[in-house]
Amino acid sequence: MSELLKTPLNAAHRALGARMVDFGGWDMPVQYTGIIDEHNAVRTAAGVFDVSHMGELCVRGPQALDLVQFVTTNDASKLAMGQVHYSGLMYETGCFVDDILVHKVADTEYFLCVNASNQDKDFAHIDQWRAAKGFDCAVENQGAKYAQIAVQGPMAISILQKLTKTGLSAIKYYWFADGEVSGEPARIAHTGYTGEDGFEIYVAPEQVEARWNELLAAGAEFGLKPCGLGARNTLRLEAGMALYGHEIDASITPYEAGLGWIVKPAKGEFLGSDVLAKQKAEGVRRKLVGFEMRGRGIGRDGYEIRVDGVAAGWVTSGCPSPTLGKNIGFGYLPSEKAQPGVAIEVVVREQPVEAVTIPTPFYKRAK
Amino acid sequence: MSDYPESYRYTKEHEWVAVDGDTGTIGITFHAQKELGDIVYVDLPRAGTKIESGKSFGSVESVKAVSEIFAPVTGEVIEINGDLADAPEKLNEDPHGAAWLVKVKLSDMGEIETLLSRDDYMSYIEG
Repeated sequence: MSELLKTPLNAAHRALGARMVDFGGWDMPVQYTGIIDEHNAVRTAAGVFDVSHMGELCVRGPQALDLVQFVTTNDASKLAMGQVHYSGLMYETGCFVDDILVHKVADTEYFLCVNASNQDKDFAHIDQWRAAKGFDCAVENQGAKYAQIAVQGPMAISILQKLTKTGLSAIKYYWFADGEVSGEPARIAHTGYTGEDGFEIYVAPEQVEARWNELLAAGAEFGLKPCGLGARNTLRLEAGMALYGHEIDASITPYEAGLGWIVKPAKGEFLGSDVLAKQKAEGVRRKLVGFEMRGRGIGRDGYEIRVDGVAAGWVTSGCPSPTLGKNIGFGYLPSEKAQPGVAIEVVVREQPVEAVTIPTPFYKRAK
Repeated sequence: MSDYPESYRYTKEHEWVAVDGDTGTIGITFHAQKELGDIVYVDLPRAGTKIESGKSFGSVESVKAVSEIFAPVTGEVIEINGDLADAPEKLNEDPHGAAWLVKVKLSDMGEIETLLSRDDYMSYIEG
């Protein structure tokens, strides 16, 4: 077994007493004080997450936009400088290589935030299509150049503002600014993966431990807590956000995953656009749907879902929802069953347990 | 709370057993609950079930995942801790005391000697 990769905050996590786990080859904190405690801190105050394992790719050059447009589903030509959008990185099959955030840095430069365990695959995929299509631009894997911290929760803006002169309230949701934190350069994005307001900050790896400690200190008066991947998962699931390897993967299309809103056929040809156009016209056979357990048990990734006593689909993610006080999950079902209000059973350790499909997101913050 | 009683015997799978006559009380260790995090369900066998040393006899489920519980000893379940069905979080609070899992009638007293002492277990988890 190869050695686990470590973020620059590894020692800081251990010093805080975090429980560490192997997450896609990275030695990451799953929790510090407890998942529920950390989850609630983000919903009611704030939490800080080390997400330095996430990958960063830079596409730069005269045809950077053309390449981004060709490999992703969303319409990057609509992005203004400083704007961000969620998008699908596609295979020719119309299925996901990854789900990513595209940041427009300049007319000739796009900054992509990608999943940790996919970054090398994503880089190779994009660079291969750059070469194949002869786009005049360069793709750079910048994962080692950035560490990333997410500050999330209703108090996140107040906490982060203590450390920066960059005006945070001027950064609209899904926009970013190249500013500073504690006088050091930082890319501050008004994005997140928790369903709460918050920011994701990209800094140099050698700077991140100082920023982490400053955030913990600045946040103490607001109830900020360090949060692990466990809370990150329950938070994103409540907010109805997909996780690569669960809701989406190389066999799933955006339409199946309920992500039709990130597919923009009008922008012209892109990888998988023909498959997706056909699927849009004909409809999908299976769809992602949310559910809540009615009986005792939690539907976990891979568990079978039955409709009328017959195997009909599978669970992609499931957990107890600390905010809602019930057990929720996502799963795939035939399209005609993938709508709210359908009685289903989730097979939990050989026992069929009653559940019902419900609308998503499970949780939406009050504006 | 994190005291590991001297009189208990332990396993590398992080269960403990306390022996009183031919009855063994089984639980999971403080270390186990800490690794699991917030526990939300506990599945235990019914009284009368035969359990076998080293084999799974139930499961505990935390927010994050499901984990099996392995029997430290062989025997027949004579009592289960019914409080845990409604209050599984007790396993996080008092794993070596009030949150015991099952009591069994031991069928092989010799098995006890093969389990870890408190000191051996503590060096195992600290190692």
